[in-house]
Amino acid sequence: MSSSRVVIIGAGPAGTRAAETLVAAGLKPVVVDEAPRSGGQIYRRQPPGFGRSLKKLYGFEAGKAARLHDAFDRLQDKVDYRPGTMVWGTEGHNLHLADRDGRQDVIGFDALILATGAVDRIVPFEGWTMPGVYTLGGAQIALKYQACLIGRNVALVGSGPLLYLVAYQYRRAGGNLAGIFDTTPLSRELAGLPRMAANPANTAKGLYYFAWLAAHGVPMLHDVSPLRAEGEGRVARLVLRDRAGRERTFACDAIATGYHVQSETQLADLLGCDFAFDARAGQWLPRQDEMGRSSVDGVYLAGDGASVRGADTAEATGALAALACLQDQGMPFDAAVRNQALQAMRRGSAFAAALRDAFPFPEHLYENIADTTLLCRCEEVSVGTFRATLRDKGAGEVNRAKAFCRVGMGRCQGRMCGASAARIAAQTLGVELAAVGRLRGQAPVKPLPTALQTEAGE
Amino acid sequence: MTDATKYDVVIVGGGLMGASAAFFLATRYKFSVALVERGRIGAQASGVNFGNVRRQGRPFIQLPLAHHARDIWGRLPALIGEDCEFLPTGHLKIAFDEDSLAALEAYNAEARHWGLSLTLVGVNRLRADYPFLGPGAVGASFSPEDGHANPRLAAPAFGRAARRAGAHVLEQCEVIGATRQSDGFIIETADGRILRAPILINSAGAWSNRFAASFGESVPMEARGPQMGVTESLPYFVQPVLGTGDSSFYMRQVKRGSVVFGGGVHVAVDLADPRPRPRPAHLLTQLRSLVRFLPSMAGVQVVRTWSGVEGYLPDKLPALGWSAKTPGLLHAFGFSGHGFQLGPGVGSVLADLAATGDTSVPIEPFSIERFADNEPAKTSPVAPSSGSAR
Repeated sequence: MSSSRVVIIGAGPAGTRAAETLVAAGLKPVVVDEAPRSGGQIYRRQPPGFGRSLKKLYGFEAGKAARLHDAFDRLQDKVDYRPGTMVWGTEGHNLHLADRDGRQDVIGFDALILATGAVDRIVPFEGWTMPGVYTLGGAQIALKYQACLIGRNVALVGSGPLLYLVAYQYRRAGGNLAGIFDTTPLSRELAGLPRMAANPANTAKGLYYFAWLAAHGVPMLHDVSPLRAEGEGRVARLVLRDRAGRERTFACDAIATGYHVQSETQLADLLGCDFAFDARAGQWLPRQDEMGRSSVDGVYLAGDGASVRGADTAEATGALAALACLQDQGMPFDAAVRNQALQAMRRGSAFAAALRDAFPFPEHLYENIADTTLLCRCEEVSVGTFRATLRDKGAGEVNRAKAFCRVGMGRCQGRMCGASAARIAAQTLGVELAAVGRLRGQAPVKPLPTALQTEAGE
Repeated sequence: MTDATKYDVVIVGGGLMGASAAFFLATRYKFSVALVERGRIGAQASGVNFGNVRRQGRPFIQLPLAHHARDIWGRLPALIGEDCEFLPTGHLKIAFDEDSLAALEAYNAEARHWGLSLTLVGVNRLRADYPFLGPGAVGASFSPEDGHANPRLAAPAFGRAARRAGAHVLEQCEVIGATRQSDGFIIETADGRILRAPILINSAGAWSNRFAASFGESVPMEARGPQMGVTESLPYFVQPVLGTGDSSFYMRQVKRGSVVFGGGVHVAVDLADPRPRPRPAHLLTQLRSLVRFLPSMAGVQVVRTWSGVEGYLPDKLPALGWSAKTPGLLHAFGFSGHGFQLGPGVGSVLADLAATGDTSVPIEPFSIERFADNEPAKTSPVAPSSGSAR
């Protein structure tokens, strides 16, 4: 079956290990990646000409980053690598591609591995679209990729391990932190520690960041509710409610906010994969078996795009998806390698579950979001308009509500607001989150330049 | 099975036709009405179409019905409490060659006899008034009172207004059988309801042929999916709806800023799957037209594409009016990709027919009787079409 064409979408930890596994089996996969260089978001490489050390860029993860980058670089002439290229649509076994220069292409696949990664999950608060407010992931990328801080005195708001990691990285890079404002009660995080023993190294790192930040006098508050960002034209203050119920104001010149990340599943949706609601992730995810097989023959899922379990597990699931692909094509594969990857995947899944429980998504915040708060920034729809649409127009699920009031219809197609819209819908209608459905995927996956084909001359 | 619930009229299919018929029956005639919809009101062709509220370019025999509909579009706030984003911005049909221009001129000359006043726009005027148009246009025809509306809003708004007026709007309720007895129709639903009514309206869109066939009136209808796309929001700069003379491409800008476009291509449709997927290759074709039409769109991004399911009859005219075989049965389907504008007018006419037996709007050309000799509908695949009926 050497003629079969395998396409991998994404060149982060999962995509890299998937490619490596396929190349080792004698295949030459196509690797399509939106980024200009491999590494994914977590091991994103700095632009050419930037000379920061790996240690400086990735801290404790420098070794892993180096290994992953080297692994991909060794594959360069053994894969058909398409960097800076987006897969924006699918039809049957064809993928429609557009690159950064406006060239478009169509490639066919016999097997497809989706390693599409994850994106920040946010909870809107008053003023969240003001200049100076970033996602945690965005704040981290600014630092990692271009050596920029989003501000000189940054407030970090949210929950999840990324909150402390970004805080640590910012402080290490010389940024002042107005504070770390965690929506989770400290007691809940501590209660989660025993289960996190599934990954002692990661847990130790987390504790280290925490202790280091405390030792460096960074203000840390737990069990808070962000109320609003204030400022004249750009962020100058963060106002929140502390655990004692007091309203408190912190001066800052930038805010980074986020609550874990969510899987990027649009391509799985366009390809017709079955989805199921994952209560722990609080998200609809494509169904998969342990090896990453989706419900569609020949389509495999790997990495955080399949289920958010972090970079180490992404490496394991990338290898597993490639092995499943080899197995399904009747090609030989090393069972020992598979068993090792399966073990790593199971360990990683247990750790990820413990993290989710220790840093829960703050569902309760939605009850107190003011009607005036913007929900959909692309189409400028407020939370109040959305609630009224649900109540008064008989929109019983999110797609219907979208049709009536435009939430999720803009440039981001609900990637930013969809998770919040679903929660507000469930609360307003008094139903379970799963009952309000999920925004249907529609091509293009991300905004597509209209001038695409004219520049390409097709 | 519950006891049968009796109505004056049962309507099968909650698109714009059915929902507006329910509204007019409940308000104009105080009839008891059940509007039965398998999915959600206006979620199929009525909700996914381009949103053209256009009369120019229609077959002349459709214009009386289109005028009747246009009058209702202009009175939506008073009738149903919201405007469904209807904007009478005008509709500009643009010719890119002399043959098309001649066709527009001929249409213009005849249309005035059908009560539609159009303005021919010479090439200089066109350049002056619509400087954003790309090169190649040789003239145009402007219909000042036409415009566009939001298809996602219109049918649901009629459905809500009908409900407020007392109609029973049953969503997610599939009709599994309809028979005619001596005293009227008995309609069975998948959730075990039995509805009775002396009058049954078949407005089930692309799925209508099943009902028609069950009453021995199968028609040669094809299901096709239109394909639409929309750009990100831009400053509002195009008021009228723009289209080519042959309707192979059309576009409009909503006030919020996004540019909606469609035309030229259809998606093959399986009636078992109500959500056909747009074809990426079709989008590329449409983008070429979009940029040729409005060169300034070259720097813009497309954010979404969609399709839907529409029923097409061979002569591109609907089946509208009384059944030729079954007393009390009204048909309203097969609008062949240009039913949105007609929708409220059709609902109004259906209400008149159901309540009084007659209508002042001439609809004889649309009688289903013209297909009386039809063989059972073929299930031929949809051929790609250039030039829809839009």
